[in-house]
Amino acid sequence: MAETHQDSGGAGGDFDLTQFYQIFFEEAGENLDQMEQMLLNLNLETADDEELNGIFRCAHSVKGGAATFGFSDVAELTHQMESLLDRLRRHELQPTAIMIDVLLESADASRSLLARHQAGGEGDAPPTADLVRRISELAAGRSVAPAAAPVVPASKPAAVVATPAASVKKTRSLEISIGPIERPEQADAIRELFRDIPGLGEITSLPSERKDVRVFMVETASTDDDLLDLFAFHVSREHISIRSVDAVAEGVVATPSAPAPSDASPGFGFFDGAPGAPAEQISVSVAATSTESKAVSRAPSKPAAGAVAAQPEAATIRVAISKVDQLINLVGELVITQAMLAQNSRALDPAVYQQLLTGLADLDRNTRDLQESVMSIRMIPMSIVFSRFPRMLRDLASKLGKKVDFVTQGEATELDKGLVEKITDPLTHLVRNSCDHGVEMPADRLAAGKSETGTITLSASHQGGSIVIEVRDDGRGMSREKILKKARERGLDVSDQMSDGEVWQLIFAPGFSTAEVVTDVSGRGVGMDVVKKNIAALNGTVEIDSAEGYGMKVSVRLPLTLAIMDGMSVGVGEEVYILPLSSVVESFQVKADAVSTVGQGSQLVKVRDEYMPVIELEKVFQVPRFDFEKSSDIMVVVEADGSRVVLLVDELLGQQQVVVKNLESNYRKVPNVSGATILGDGKVALILDTGALVRRSRH
Amino acid sequence: MGMMEKLDDVAVSGAREYLTFRLDQEEYGIDILKVQEIRGYEPPTRVANAPDFIKGVVNLRGTIVPIVDMRLKFSCSKAEYNSFTVVIILNLRSRIVGIVVDSVSDVMELPPESLKSAPDIDSVIDNGAVLGLGSLGDRMLILLDIERLMSSPDMGLIGAAD
Repeated sequence: MAETHQDSGGAGGDFDLTQFYQIFFEEAGENLDQMEQMLLNLNLETADDEELNGIFRCAHSVKGGAATFGFSDVAELTHQMESLLDRLRRHELQPTAIMIDVLLESADASRSLLARHQAGGEGDAPPTADLVRRISELAAGRSVAPAAAPVVPASKPAAVVATPAASVKKTRSLEISIGPIERPEQADAIRELFRDIPGLGEITSLPSERKDVRVFMVETASTDDDLLDLFAFHVSREHISIRSVDAVAEGVVATPSAPAPSDASPGFGFFDGAPGAPAEQISVSVAATSTESKAVSRAPSKPAAGAVAAQPEAATIRVAISKVDQLINLVGELVITQAMLAQNSRALDPAVYQQLLTGLADLDRNTRDLQESVMSIRMIPMSIVFSRFPRMLRDLASKLGKKVDFVTQGEATELDKGLVEKITDPLTHLVRNSCDHGVEMPADRLAAGKSETGTITLSASHQGGSIVIEVRDDGRGMSREKILKKARERGLDVSDQMSDGEVWQLIFAPGFSTAEVVTDVSGRGVGMDVVKKNIAALNGTVEIDSAEGYGMKVSVRLPLTLAIMDGMSVGVGEEVYILPLSSVVESFQVKADAVSTVGQGSQLVKVRDEYMPVIELEKVFQVPRFDFEKSSDIMVVVEADGSRVVLLVDELLGQQQVVVKNLESNYRKVPNVSGATILGDGKVALILDTGALVRRSRH
Repeated sequence: MGMMEKLDDVAVSGAREYLTFRLDQEEYGIDILKVQEIRGYEPPTRVANAPDFIKGVVNLRGTIVPIVDMRLKFSCSKAEYNSFTVVIILNLRSRIVGIVVDSVSDVMELPPESLKSAPDIDSVIDNGAVLGLGSLGDRMLILLDIERLMSSPDMGLIGAAD
């Protein structure tokens, strides 16, 4: 903010807009992304006001910003888009596939115009005159006939969420408010009901004015009584009120100029201020107000996709990552200080220091809550990554002349932001590959007895301590014989006895990815080695499953976050080391005679039926020992890269979540160590790289 | 870059402030702008296979910082750790490093005319890391290019991938 001061204090008083450029570019980019997604999800026949309003708002804010900052070309283009969208949302025009195409193209053009401005206006501006003409003709209600208007999947938007099976029963829109209850989280369980019970309907949270009241919008074919019965598992009946909102919805739809949600808020303040208004009434009033803005979006048979796309101007703020990291660090420090206080206060007499101890207990709880919420700041939903694919696939499929349905699952799964950024490129590669090489041409699919349209599924889910992202297609799969043949030609060491899994792993071999392989084999070779390397850099793994003629699946397994890890602390001499809990298999005490040596050097221990190499951490890390009588006698079996070794330690100290710190940022890479963490007493402990330790035992 | 040119650089920019510290009987000076803070010594966590002058790493408010004992690095006769032992936390471009010294004396402003180039001497210090000598009355100050010293390969602070 220092610049602001200087600028405004400058003699000329000239207000420098350039300092806000970056914010504008980011916001405009987000708006264009959001618009694109909403355009792709738009169902032409049943496009409702809320969706059209949303798209209009995006174009409108880009235009406003561009005009303010003097980017006239962007402003002109978006102005035309806005005019067309305005007529659409007023129902003066019916949306068509051509319009969507033109709007998408315009969004792309705006993006490149903006990119050019961001780069300082260098290079040639992409021509937009033709686009402007086409949009304005469309807006004027004339049909445009650009010879090559692709009539491709526009009428068939990629389903972003599996649309629930169409119900023959008439669905109703209901507004359900739950509360006032002491723990409003209870109400969230109701949302899960809708997820778990097929055909029950759809539920969306609405903003609630009161902390102890939750408001939901529900579309369902069930009766009120059925719903009440279901809900009664979680909240008692008297706290549930159900109102039908169909009437309101119709009323609003009938009015051409439905109020945009942004205008809907003034009502809230009014009721808020009403003194002594009974609680019941408030919740109803609130419901009525928000209904006005939301009901529009609930026209029956609306695809669930809208729920993702039409997220309101998200109540988020933009923060520099470094600030979040700093916050996390500081909270980490606080946790350590708190732990120290807790330890020091243990010896105090509770009778004398009762107040102090109560305070410390409060501090304990608050610190943990704080740490948890700070950690969650970094987590963002996978939908951020997934949302880029529908557009990419739409373009790619139409370019290749293929028909592809794109389905995503589990986009609410949260992942550390750092990981999300790094996983995007490899995923893009995999999805492209599926479309390019996996899914066959429509004619080939029909000939193979499949449906004309291929399906690519992208899913994310939590599995234990990791997140699994899968890219599946129902295309032609990979041919084992061809890969083996190709591998032999390349001089790779292969045999016919190899398992399928091993054969598929061959495509990760560097150099396996040349053009002729791509076409001859099913073409999964392009840069797969790079994909694998990128994922391995995130401590992740890639697995392939394929059935020739039926499709293939690539599973990427990643740790939840790079920043936090479940660790097991072990003592060696006076020192403490951390083992990643995910690689610890078991631990036990061992007698000296259970260890046998091989070749006068390497030690082996027999664990049940298996002989495993023994690694003495004391030797690997040259731990000084002061008590020479003692020797390590606790064994920890760890597994990494598919092999197991036994680590010899003095004692097991416990399990805890550790914050992983980078050693290399100020020091350097240390062999057999993957990072460092800070223990409860403020000391640094090294985190062992079990992968490296296992590899070490191999030679 | 020759010694003289380096001194010229210093001279051109006018008087600079130096933090001075003691190692054994010698007094050194480093650019105050590279100093982030000064702390007491606390035993670091040992890192296996590090050179002996790297004592290990400590936790500096959530950041892992390596600690270099300058006395071991410069082969001083003794390197005791007592309540006077001081760690100077340096901020060198993007890296943070702590150095252990016997004591910190003061912050001094040296006018360009009191800077002399160092004669070629046989020393454990990489000659390029000595900016020059500063004289203040009868005191002699060895001015170190601490950034160069800390980033020299033998310090092992650079992430040489293995």
